[in-house]
Amino acid sequence: MIEIKGLTKRFGNKPVVEDVSIKIQPGAITSFIGPNGAGKSTLLSMVSRLLDADTGEVLLDKNDVKKWKSDEFAKRVSILKQANFLNVRLTIRELVSFGRYPYSKGRLTTEDEQFVDQAIAYMNLTDMQDKFLDELSGGQKQRAFIAMVIAQDTEYILLDEPLNNLDMKHSVQIMKILRKLVDDLGKTVVIVLHDINFASVYSDNIVALKNGRVVKDGPTNEIINSEALREIYDMNIPVQEQNGCRICVYFNSHS
Amino acid sequence: MRLWMLIIAAVILSFISLFIGAIDIKPSDLLNWDSREMQIFLISRVPRLIAIILAGVGMSIAGLIMQSLSRNKFVSPTTAGTLDAAKLGILISMLFFTNVTYTQQVIFSFAFALIGTLLFMQILDRIKFKDVIFVPLIGIMYGNILSSITTFFAYEADLLQNISSWLMGSFTLVIAGRYELLYLSIPAVILAYLYANKFTVAGMGEDFAKNLGLSYKFVLNIGLILVAIIATTVVLTVGVIPFLGLIVPNIVSLYMGDNLRKTIPHTAVLGIVFLLICDIIGRVIIYPYEIPVNVTVAVIGSVIFLIMLIRGRAYAK
Repeated sequence: MIEIKGLTKRFGNKPVVEDVSIKIQPGAITSFIGPNGAGKSTLLSMVSRLLDADTGEVLLDKNDVKKWKSDEFAKRVSILKQANFLNVRLTIRELVSFGRYPYSKGRLTTEDEQFVDQAIAYMNLTDMQDKFLDELSGGQKQRAFIAMVIAQDTEYILLDEPLNNLDMKHSVQIMKILRKLVDDLGKTVVIVLHDINFASVYSDNIVALKNGRVVKDGPTNEIINSEALREIYDMNIPVQEQNGCRICVYFNSHS
Repeated sequence: MRLWMLIIAAVILSFISLFIGAIDIKPSDLLNWDSREMQIFLISRVPRLIAIILAGVGMSIAGLIMQSLSRNKFVSPTTAGTLDAAKLGILISMLFFTNVTYTQQVIFSFAFALIGTLLFMQILDRIKFKDVIFVPLIGIMYGNILSSITTFFAYEADLLQNISSWLMGSFTLVIAGRYELLYLSIPAVILAYLYANKFTVAGMGEDFAKNLGLSYKFVLNIGLILVAIIATTVVLTVGVIPFLGLIVPNIVSLYMGDNLRKTIPHTAVLGIVFLLICDIIGRVIIYPYEIPVNVTVAVIGSVIFLIMLIRGRAYAK
């Protein structure tokens, strides 16, 4: 269980995340949403100890994440940030194999190889596993990185805007896979999303941030309604129901 | 390309290297232990070959480590000020101690190479515009600044002739007793191989490395120390060999990718082959005289580098 208590981070004098306290529900998808500069990515970076908080703490199983041994932590929590800038020439298989690094330090056992095979198959990359990353399209690359995280086999998977630069088809594909990871394998997924409709359709819980503070935190259906959305985005957003999904129609709204 | 092909090429070239030179030595001369040919062979030819092999492996691996850690294909000991800093270190040691010992030179040169490279990495950390071409240009400028400082103080202290000898990479003066420092690069290269996976992971960025539970700063520092050791041993024994650490790892990366555990053996052997070819050309082109190896490496290397720049911009990104 991940618990965030009174987390604050300042860049210079400007508070980016201020006094955030939330609990992440295990076995569910939690989306962080909010306007630009709300502190979503910063919060995610602190949860995954890529960034140190100024005050407050993040607890994994009641222990401060800073006190975890880094390789033990890497077996419990994985984080995937924007990876498209990477210019390293690795094959998909090599990349996914590095997901086993916390366990094997690069010397793969047969068990590790099995995890790698499964992760690659899970992401439908088996046919192209020996291709170099720089030969792949944006969607294939993103799938390769998610395959690596699957091979890392952590309970918690944290993703920072994984749909950036992806077209609709690939975005849907990635979200469906995340849903499967939660439903079939019992993972806990925390994801920063820009598009509220993906958050609405695929997540169980939503944490809405604004100016570094949590403005809403709860099950998806309590947050995707015009009233709550106005508070988060300062916009008038009608919500329509379509095949059981709530869709926010914000394209022609006026504030 | 297969590793065994490279190894066969290296063996054949080594054999050629042993038997060319101003004095004609035939393999049959070596049957007699006391012959003059045997003496020359042991004092000059064998040390020269060993020096070429160690320098070729060392510089290529040093370049590979730097490219991986800086995440830029065109960063190498010559394009990041490492060698210039090592030279400055030697000069400072000569200014500092009146009768400078070899050990003092080694220590100073190592310390300066390390600090100089570290400084470059700090600069790299701070600049926002991380273009593949822009970064090495900064490195070259930075190296030239260090180099001009060296020249200025060398001129003031009347040591110009001295420093120009390290400027020029050459195996001509390598004889038994004058190259043994290069053996220090062997443990550095072995360590680089043991750390190969860590370098690859660190090469994907700090966040990526932290996610996998790797201590990024520690690996970065180990890498820079290894680079400094290698650069020091090469500069103090044979001098500056440009382009080697730039071209060899890039050629290997083109056909094999960037998984260091896989590419280190190829990079090492290709480094030997490349340097042997350049040295042999330098020795036969105006036979019985010699062109220093840094000239042949620079001519062949700059052409290859140019081709890589023009054709490889897309790949380096």
